[in-house]
Amino acid sequence: MTKLNSKIPEGKLKDKWSNYKAHQNLVNPANKRNLDIIVVGTGLAGGAAAASLAELGFKVKNFCYQDSPRRAHSIAAQGGINAAKNYPNDGDTVYRLFYDTIKGGDYRAREANVYRLAEVSNAIIDQGVAQGIPFAREYGGLLDNRSFGGALVSRTFYARGQTGQQLLLGAYSALSRQIGLGNVTMYNRTELMDIVIVDGKARGIVTRNLITGKIESHFGHAVVLATGGYGNAFFLSTNAMGSNGSAVWKAYKKGAFFANASFVQIHPTAIPQHGDFQSKLTLMSESLRNDGRIWVPKKKEDAEAIREGRLKAENLPEEDRDFFLERRYPAFGNLVPRDVAARAAKERTDKGFGIENNTTKEGVFLDFKYAIKRLGKDLIEERYGNLFQMYEKITADNPYKTPMKIFPAIHYTMGGIWVDYELQTTVPGLFVAGEANFSDHGANRLGASALMQGLADGYFVLPYTIQNYLAYEIGTERMVPSEHDEFKKAEKDVETLIDKLMDIKGTKSVDYFHKKLGKVMWNNVGMERNEKDLKDAINKIKEIKKEFWSDLKIPGEKNALNVELEKANRVADFLEIGELMARDALNRDESSGGHFRSEHITEDGEAKRNDKDFMYVAAWEYKGDDVDPELHKEPLHYEEIEVKTRNYKTA
Amino acid sequence: MASKNININLKVWRQKDAKSKGGFEKYRLENISVDSSFLEMIDVLNEKLVNEDKEPVAFDHDCREGICGMCSLFINGRAHGPDSLITTCQLHMRTFKDNETIIIEPWRSGGFPVIKDLMVDRTAFEKIMQAGGFISVNTGGVPDANAIPIAKAAAEEAMDAASCVGCGACVATCKNSSAMLFVSAKVSQLALLPQGKIEASKRAKNMVAVMDEMGFGNCSNTGACEMECPKGISLAHIARLNREFLIANIKS
Ligand SMILES: Cc1cc2nc3c(=O)[nH]c(=O)nc-3n(C[C@H](O)[C@H](O)[C@H](O)COP(=O)(O)OP(=O)(O)OC[C@H]3O[C@@H](n4cnc5c(N)ncnc54)[C@H](O)[C@@H]3O)c2cc1C
Ligand code: SF4
Ligand code: FES
Repeated sequence: MTKLNSKIPEGKLKDKWSNYKAHQNLVNPANKRNLDIIVVGTGLAGGAAAASLAELGFKVKNFCYQDSPRRAHSIAAQGGINAAKNYPNDGDTVYRLFYDTIKGGDYRAREANVYRLAEVSNAIIDQGVAQGIPFAREYGGLLDNRSFGGALVSRTFYARGQTGQQLLLGAYSALSRQIGLGNVTMYNRTELMDIVIVDGKARGIVTRNLITGKIESHFGHAVVLATGGYGNAFFLSTNAMGSNGSAVWKAYKKGAFFANASFVQIHPTAIPQHGDFQSKLTLMSESLRNDGRIWVPKKKEDAEAIREGRLKAENLPEEDRDFFLERRYPAFGNLVPRDVAARAAKERTDKGFGIENNTTKEGVFLDFKYAIKRLGKDLIEERYGNLFQMYEKITADNPYKTPMKIFPAIHYTMGGIWVDYELQTTVPGLFVAGEANFSDHGANRLGASALMQGLADGYFVLPYTIQNYLAYEIGTERMVPSEHDEFKKAEKDVETLIDKLMDIKGTKSVDYFHKKLGKVMWNNVGMERNEKDLKDAINKIKEIKKEFWSDLKIPGEKNALNVELEKANRVADFLEIGELMARDALNRDESSGGHFRSEHITEDGEAKRNDKDFMYVAAWEYKGDDVDPELHKEPLHYEEIEVKTRNYKTA
Repeated sequence: MASKNININLKVWRQKDAKSKGGFEKYRLENISVDSSFLEMIDVLNEKLVNEDKEPVAFDHDCREGICGMCSLFINGRAHGPDSLITTCQLHMRTFKDNETIIIEPWRSGGFPVIKDLMVDRTAFEKIMQAGGFISVNTGGVPDANAIPIAKAAAEEAMDAASCVGCGACVATCKNSSAMLFVSAKVSQLALLPQGKIEASKRAKNMVAVMDEMGFGNCSNTGACEMECPKGISLAHIARLNREFLIANIKS
């Protein structure tokens, strides 16, 4: 029996959102100021939601762990944001954007949500321009577009290589205005520690002030989580250092289902790990694969000589280079999709052909020599100059002269908290937006669509759907947390947790455990998975967890700024999230999108989906700390789309 | 490129909290890979401190990609260290010599009180933004994006200004602790665009008023801020801010 009700509105796909808006409940303006909404997160999803809800008249409390909302991880997005404007007149439509997104997600996303996403995409660009985002322009003064990730139309809007930054600053400026007006109370450097449920509804949160260590409760008639992805479970990723899964994990433990936990996107072109002390991985834009050729040496001894610096890559003769993507995928060559490119690089390095002088010997070349010869250095510089510069800053290698070294990296989590069409979780009054929810990308996210989803959720979906819930809450009086047992209990639980962490007084640092977990995740729950490794991962993670809770050391005090304690909290949750990811991957006995099971490969090495048995969203219900979670299935139906096998050979 | 390791000596500012008096502590680190970033070097130091049962050094950072603006640090007397057009997280250890002594201090400015060790409070920037760093537009109900044509050159110049990461290196570098470069970047970005033009002088006036209130000093056009700005924000924006500010004063 399933408790999942996706609440997809009646009617034809293209009418559903309009129908919903026409019939939902609204809150009268005079009542709005009596309703409090908690928004955790100030990225594109949270920042946009907090600003928009405050503009409507609700009283909003907004939280982030950084010192300013403007530093949310969304700021790092480079490439661009999609919309179906069809300004270039090349035949784009809402339907086409919808179709590409569903197909890109390998038919594991919910049709109605994705259609709505495509439908509101255009309004996002309008909103951004009105806020003063300096999008790239044509000479005629109109907006410029570029194409992205194999789409047949040009629909990606951008602001140089800083699109995420500019979109976030737009939302942040709207948010700042509302803070200035007193409609939003902003809590910087404040971390969510728990979610408070009163009579079955989300009524608030418990937080820790990261400067004073003070534990506090906040009441809200509804709670919105927009806390980003949990990719840092892998330790090394392209995510910001503080990105965490704690907020969604607390939600899960309070009854919200966690969906498709194993769907992780691995980006093929990050700068490889250089040493054991490395803290994160830096992304190099996907666009580089348009002109760069990817290769490793054909012979192991050459790879070894290159790693050891005895042989320079540029001196390896042509016939000794293995252009493995061109060899394996003659039709797409270096432009195969992200998951395919990533796996192929792993296959070569696993076999010992990696070229980077690091402990894992992982890395492949991305060579611009051929493009420079064909197009000239100037054109390459014009196209990729800033990326080449960034690469040189990090590696001290000049990519005009020697090939770049790249390797796949964890980048984005498609899984997250299960939400219905209204972005509400299985806990009434608890909503989840942006990367933190599972909803729109299925098993694989296309480039330039995460920004679109975050802003769609924040500006144009939540402000409507949350009212449908709040309309029934106008009679609920504001609670004073100190007078309510549930709040008091939640605060006490948090205090107990922190004391427990501080009291371990073991011998190992938080990073020691995080790195150990990361290794298991990368090796067993990474680009390629199989039953044995996944089972092995679950056991290993359990062992690390045990060691963590008996041998962790946190210096300093709890009632003060304590970075080690902050990290310990997050890693404690990553250990559990990692286990659920492995469990989810184990259950999904098929290959789809970013989830690749080596047991399910087609003859030519592609991912082999199993629609008959797995065309569902896997939503996990928490059943207790030492009890296996329960799997619920939301079957996926495609009414307006023909489900096909993704084909990279032709188009 | 085969990597190399170096040994370094550190003098790091340690300060328990805003009220306590701070001082330098000396540390020595051996075998630091020159390929590490500066912040990874501090990670190594911190791991070492934790293993010795000491408190790690607190410092601000998040993206480690030069874009969030959260990292700070005065390194050998320079904001973001000895290289130009970078944030601290983009600084790499190959910039330093074997056995070199590196001095690390927090941003120093009255407007940015120390929270702990190398971490400072930059919320004064937030207050300035809340006073006018926006275009007064609500969500929805806006015109089609292409209804407002903007000359490519204006959009590019606005983008130059908009790339400010709000790090505060300009303030930390300025002998008067002026926040003019930061404020001018925002004022300029929005004044260059037709959407933002309408409120341009009011914005300048409000933001400058709060800037003064928050205890930032005056701009004396020395240009140190421009030199240390990781994003190359130009002094020319200060001229535009002054112009908008002047117009606002004439109008009132
Ligand atoms: C390097 C890089 C490049 C990218 N490029 C693109 C691109 O070109 N196009 C594209 O579409 N997408 C891109 N993406 C993906 C996209 O940037 C993200 O998926 C998206 O920005 C996520 O937005 P969000 O609002 O959901 O969360 P985030 O921006 O991650 O915001 C999370 C917020 O939650 C807060 N928070 C988190 N945990 C807690 C807690 N426990 N307590 C309190 N607050 C908390 C944080 O402070 C923050 O404010 C890129 C991602 C990366 C890493
Ligand atoms: S103007 Fe430059 S130095 Fe000042 S805050 Fe902005 S990016 Fe930093
Ligand atoms: S940590 Fe983000 S700019 Fe340095």
